[in-house]
Amino acid sequence: MLKKDGVPSPEELEGVKPSQERLEEGPVVIVECMQEIPCDPCYYACPKEAFRPFGDINEKPEIDYEKCNGCSICIANCPGLAIFVLDYNYSEKEGLLKIPYELKPLPEKEEKVIVLNRAGEEIGKGRVVQVLNTKKQDRTAIISIAVPKEILMDARHIRLIRGSTDEG
Amino acid sequence: MRQTDLAIIGAGPAGLAAALEAATAGAKVILLERDEWLGGQLVKQTHQFFGSKKEFAGMRGIDIATHFSEQIEKNKDIEVFTGATALGYYEDGVLTAAYSGRMLKIKPKTMLVASGAMEKMIPFNNNDLPGVYGAGAVQTLMNVYGVAPGKRVLMVGAGNIGLIVSYQLMQAGIEVEAIIEGSSQVGGYWVHASKIRRMGVPILTNHTILKAIGEEKVEGALITEIDENWKPLEGTEREVSVDNICLAVGLSPLAELLWQAGCQMEFSPQLGGYVPVRDEDLETSQEGIYIAGDVAGIEEATSAILEGQLAGISAARKMGFAVEDKKIEQIKENLKSLRAGPVGEHIRQGLAQVER
Ligand SMILES: Cc1cc2nc3c(=O)[nH]c(=O)nc-3n(C[C@H](O)[C@H](O)[C@H](O)COP(=O)(O)OP(=O)(O)OC[C@H]3O[C@@H](n4cnc5c(N)ncnc54)[C@H](O)[C@@H]3O)c2cc1C
Ligand code: SF4
Ligand code: SF4
Repeated sequence: MLKKDGVPSPEELEGVKPSQERLEEGPVVIVECMQEIPCDPCYYACPKEAFRPFGDINEKPEIDYEKCNGCSICIANCPGLAIFVLDYNYSEKEGLLKIPYELKPLPEKEEKVIVLNRAGEEIGKGRVVQVLNTKKQDRTAIISIAVPKEILMDARHIRLIRGSTDEG
Repeated sequence: MRQTDLAIIGAGPAGLAAALEAATAGAKVILLERDEWLGGQLVKQTHQFFGSKKEFAGMRGIDIATHFSEQIEKNKDIEVFTGATALGYYEDGVLTAAYSGRMLKIKPKTMLVASGAMEKMIPFNNNDLPGVYGAGAVQTLMNVYGVAPGKRVLMVGAGNIGLIVSYQLMQAGIEVEAIIEGSSQVGGYWVHASKIRRMGVPILTNHTILKAIGEEKVEGALITEIDENWKPLEGTEREVSVDNICLAVGLSPLAELLWQAGCQMEFSPQLGGYVPVRDEDLETSQEGIYIAGDVAGIEEATSAILEGQLAGISAARKMGFAVEDKKIEQIKENLKSLRAGPVGEHIRQGLAQVER
């Protein structure tokens, strides 16, 4: 449970998941922000207005999945690093996961990485497909990782196989 | 003796925002900061800030500090003294400060205390062993001086500061053994907890530290599970091997000058300790003495900035400078909406007790 150990329970997650139908239609955002906190940059970041306007800055973000095209701009704008983009139909066997990443060194394109779930446990391997780190992102890189479809909904972080953060 | 319209003590987000607003309204400002740099807590914050997009959320603390400092330096109505520690405020309205080996004496028409907060300690065996640090010191070592404070850290406290500093440690390549928290819930924002957790750092609620282990420096810590009354549960003690124990167990307002000035103070657990009674313009019970930021109640940077603006404008208005009432109302409105949610509840309760 989130408030107990930082890991959302299946019930907590249910409330923020786009539907399986929507997932299969193409890239879509998942916003894992499940507590009312005074925060709103996600709303201002989205060019498609997929985030509903906040009536009060403490409201939880609400997403109109029909408006979201998975462009990923919002990922680097969330100070909670709580926004991810999923492309369920990336290939026949693989889904694509986009995560915010602020560790050094950055992974490289085509690099194999260990895939971790929300509790930091290894759940498989993935392949880095893209590393975006533009000036506009202000030091929050966006890493796209191809992972087996079965673990797409659980995969939320990566660890480099070549050794973690000690070069940075 | 220097004369000025407004003397501000502390150049954190509250003091900086206040200086700019007061100077914009036409007041002459003297800004005193005991550190050699401007920005207060902001300087140590390399993470993106929460809060309202309109008040810089999404920017990193350090960049917000730079943004303010640049504007302050350009402003001819603000005289800045860094390395200047305010020492006393006397009945005749004179403020003294130690500044490069001499004593500054200032007679301001109004004064704003924006001195921030200091860290709390908790009692446990050996807590004076080298290697036991406050979270603020760990951040200063890492983010201001670029020195690694250890190889493996036990973080005590799962409030926002404990969670954020843990994240910064991981970014610096330092391992975090665990974050332990005495209460049954993570006190900080859940999104912060989740981002540490998915990096593999356990968050152990209902746990506390019994002692620091080591002869000359920290070599480990003895931790235990506890019940709701903070009583250790037998058989749950265990040793963890760490070389740094980092305490992030809360802040309390740094209010000495306000006591000295004779401001009416009240104890508010929700606001972090003794805080001055104030009116809705942030004036204390002593006429012409204002407060803003953590010294008025432990909160966060967005509210410190808004309070600073409010106190700066209010002080200017008091001295007869023309200010727009609309602007004051807007700031109050923003503060109110920031505190409207469940995480602002303790602030609302605390304020209800000390606002007159
Ligand atoms: C680890 C950590 C993470 C945080 N993360 C966030 C976040 O993500 N978002 C957010 O909104 N807030 C965050 N905060 C909180 C935020 O930094 C503070 O609430 C804010 O800085 C308070 O501003 P302030 O101006 O009141 O005090 P401070 O920033 O503490 O500034 C007070 C200044 O006064 C000076 N001073 C004190 N006494 C004297 C004296 N006698 N003479 C001269 N100068 C003096 C001090 O040196 C200091 O520079 C965080 C805080 C910490 C510690
Ligand atoms: S992925 Fe793009 S379209 Fe979708 S919510 Fe984020 S910013 Fe908006
Ligand atoms: S920016 Fe991130 S943390 Fe802030 S409200 Fe939006 S999703 Fe939540």
